[in-house]
Amino acid sequence: MCGIVSLYLKNPDWQNRLGELFEPMLISMTDRGPDSAGFAIYGDAVTDGQCKLTIRGEQDTDWQALAETLKKSFSVDWFNNANVGVFKCSTDQKTATAAVAKAAPELTVLSSGQSIEILKEIGLPENIAQHFKLSGMKGSHIIGHTRMATESAVTTLGSHPFSTGSDLCLVHNGSLSNHNSLRRDLIREGIVFHTENDSEVAAGYLNWRLNCGDTLEQALESALKALDGFYTFAIGTANGFAVLRDPISCKPAVLAETDDYVAMASEYQALRTLPNIEKAKLWEPEPAKIYVWQQSQAAFH
Amino acid sequence: MTKPIDPHAGLRESATFDLFTQSQIRRAAETGIYDIRGFGAKRKLPHFDDLLFLGSSMSRYPLEGYREACNTSVTLGTRFAKKPLQLDIPIAIAGMSFGALSANAKESLGRGASTCGTYTTTGDGGMTPEERGHSKTLVYQYLPSRYGMNPDDLRKADAIEVVLGQGAKPGGGGMLLGQKVTERVAGMRTLPVGIDQRSACRHPDWTGPDDLAIKIEELREITDWQVPIFIKIGATRTYYDVKLAVKAGADVIVLDGMQGGTAATQEVFIEHVGIPTMAAIPQAVQALQEMGLHRKVQLVVSGGIRNGADVAKCLAMGADCVSIGTAALLALGCNSPKYSEEFRKIGSEAGYYDDYQDGKDPAGISTQDPELSSRLNPEEAGKRLSNFLSVMTMEAQVIARACGKNDVRHLEPEDLVALTMESSAMARVPLAGTNYIPGITDK
Amino acid sequence: MQTLDLTQHKTRQINQRLHEQKVECTEREWLIENAQGEHNLACGLDQNISVDIKGPVGYYCAGMNQKAHVTVYGHAGQGVAENMMSGSVRIKGDVSQSAGATAHGGLLVIEGNAGARCGIAMKGVDIVVKGNVGHMSCFLGQAGNLLVCGDAGDGLGDSLYEVQIFVRGKVEGLGADCIEKEMRAEHLETVKDLLNRSGIDADPNEFRRYGSARTLYHFNVANQSAY
Repeated sequence: MCGIVSLYLKNPDWQNRLGELFEPMLISMTDRGPDSAGFAIYGDAVTDGQCKLTIRGEQDTDWQALAETLKKSFSVDWFNNANVGVFKCSTDQKTATAAVAKAAPELTVLSSGQSIEILKEIGLPENIAQHFKLSGMKGSHIIGHTRMATESAVTTLGSHPFSTGSDLCLVHNGSLSNHNSLRRDLIREGIVFHTENDSEVAAGYLNWRLNCGDTLEQALESALKALDGFYTFAIGTANGFAVLRDPISCKPAVLAETDDYVAMASEYQALRTLPNIEKAKLWEPEPAKIYVWQQSQAAFH
Repeated sequence: MTKPIDPHAGLRESATFDLFTQSQIRRAAETGIYDIRGFGAKRKLPHFDDLLFLGSSMSRYPLEGYREACNTSVTLGTRFAKKPLQLDIPIAIAGMSFGALSANAKESLGRGASTCGTYTTTGDGGMTPEERGHSKTLVYQYLPSRYGMNPDDLRKADAIEVVLGQGAKPGGGGMLLGQKVTERVAGMRTLPVGIDQRSACRHPDWTGPDDLAIKIEELREITDWQVPIFIKIGATRTYYDVKLAVKAGADVIVLDGMQGGTAATQEVFIEHVGIPTMAAIPQAVQALQEMGLHRKVQLVVSGGIRNGADVAKCLAMGADCVSIGTAALLALGCNSPKYSEEFRKIGSEAGYYDDYQDGKDPAGISTQDPELSSRLNPEEAGKRLSNFLSVMTMEAQVIARACGKNDVRHLEPEDLVALTMESSAMARVPLAGTNYIPGITDK
Repeated sequence: MQTLDLTQHKTRQINQRLHEQKVECTEREWLIENAQGEHNLACGLDQNISVDIKGPVGYYCAGMNQKAHVTVYGHAGQGVAENMMSGSVRIKGDVSQSAGATAHGGLLVIEGNAGARCGIAMKGVDIVVKGNVGHMSCFLGQAGNLLVCGDAGDGLGDSLYEVQIFVRGKVEGLGADCIEKEMRAEHLETVKDLLNRSGIDADPNEFRRYGSARTLYHFNVANQSAY
């Protein structure tokens, strides 16, 4: 039970302003989700053959030491943002993730890919935005979430977005009703879960379908059949984002599009600070319909 | 009822396919539709009878019943509302609709509750003038159906109870069969006369606590933030539901366990969905305590409360107040042996009658038939209810004093012990004579 | 005319000012500026006043309205004019789901499109939508009229009681117990009247009428699939 906000820039000249435009969107959804907040920002991509990991540690984590250890196996470029380290590694994700797990098993890899960085913590959205200096961030698109925990604990790992594979993430507003049995099935398929959260199961499901070779659209089509309950999802991809609501569609969602951006939110309030929002095309996504925006072209399926 | 079986005849009833089960199979086979009935769960459930109080002896000193006061008053809705409810006793009347009950029955409830300084509650179908007029304190239910909902009545209410569910049928909507949808009932609900009415189970304009928070703000805006907002839930995933109700902005949580009654619901719902009241209370209290809001967001508990001991046990487990439905109807005269012959005529028996949906209640309570409902004199029935409420209150005080308390709400879980492993685990109090609570302590 | 600005006043203060008009009406014309998606604006009004709201509004705008005439120059969120009793509410833009939910009376005009469940459990209100309505519109509708100048989504009029539905465009699908019914002279009059009152120019002859088949009015073995 939560608030969702996403912003996808069609105008590349605005990329320096992504965080600044997005921060008030996230904070405006505090009433819908006061327990925790997070976002997945896309930008600063590494080249092919490299990968980027977002790793959560503590305020005093010795990132330099981790980098030195990793450098024994591959080259590493890194920086840290508050208690999170972003590591760009000259190897594939699997090797890099395994190396981090070996060097520092106490750390958690929040996301991996070439562009994605997932940042999330418990607490009020405003504090989390400040904690990670969101307003200064740059990028092409961003997916955010504020959480009102339903049936699972208020923890950082239980916060959204959930990573669903390379450069993919998912945020959810709603409540799934068959996530326990689905989680058991997915565990048998080799998907690893870190929480009892229903939304993580949706993320794991997409991860599994994509591993099986589905396109994102195919994975979402089959999610419509497999997931029972109520949901509005926003899914971040390397090149854009997707939106999907369940067939009953009780949980709110509003989309806004101008020549410069596509934005999505649980409520209009989250959009009101966007430039030219009064001139934007505004509409509600229809039930069980997959909306995808990738690389400045809108596609409807 | 059935004749006693001669134990020497060699006949043996199947425990699995007992006579009732057999009759149900035949009934389903004949009608092709599920059974709908009233009353609450009839199966045996772990209940408050499995708990006992530790009265004072050497380590604790009791209060004298005649001279030493034991407070029973309680205030509900202190979190946000300008006008919280002040009750003289910690026992209120649960929501029951005009439609399910006759106008006389509703008036009787109002009279009985008002005499004792407590509140009564509307139900699905709106507020009647009789009910408002005879209830000093009236809680107005805000239900998924919104039958009869209007802002004038909303502003007349002393509190608003947003109903998400009911202990007898968590996840289900109300029902009212055609026999009871008379002209007046239909008019209040804007429905055709005589139809079988099925109420919605989900509110039409919000789903989930994030949207409920906005809905609650709307109700507060419409009533200028004067009156408390209660949220009523049927007991299931109580720990989470209570946390979410509090996050959504509730002033008071009303928790209804599966022994709670209903006027008409599928039998399968009544007997198979929900958890016992006793098992739900510790979950609710834990949720409130973890949020630092126990006693600040008040907890009203209902579902199978029958006497002062049940009241005292609920309060000891952490409730601020209880509410009664079935017990209140019994006090008015529901199922009274006075009408034994008439119960038999309609295929039932005094004490067994649960066909509230048929509207043929000989006691004149769960009916819209003018002749039948005129049998219930609201003044007399109201007096019976106020007597009953007084007795329950005095009984709760007797127990509180015996435990050395000058306020019934000073009773604590540590004043209780359990007789069975089940009740010990559910109520989270130790098995009598031990320190053992299954799932909590080692031994 | 009194102007109230949401950048200077909170929703609570604005609603309080409007509610005070019930006791003593000192001003008939109100303008609310910078609504910016705020929830619960102008809800619980109970006076014959006119309230113009500039900018999009959030949930439950003009909820439980009595007597007042509210116009929103923008879009409206969930549950606009929910449980309205009388008066009128006009939305210049689109509205989200559950518009006019359970409303008992008055007139709700939506100049744009309406989302899902428009007119859910409506109890006597007249709703006129210039654009389209979403799925499950008029679900459990009890009384009143729903007139749609555009198209209607799937499941129109599911489990309907006595609402009359008129649709000019295409209907994606009818819900359980909802059927097309004959347009007779009196229905043409109803449509004409609804169009007149909402100031919409359309030919009443282009509308088709839908209503309840009344087969779900009683629990019956034949209707098992609908329970």
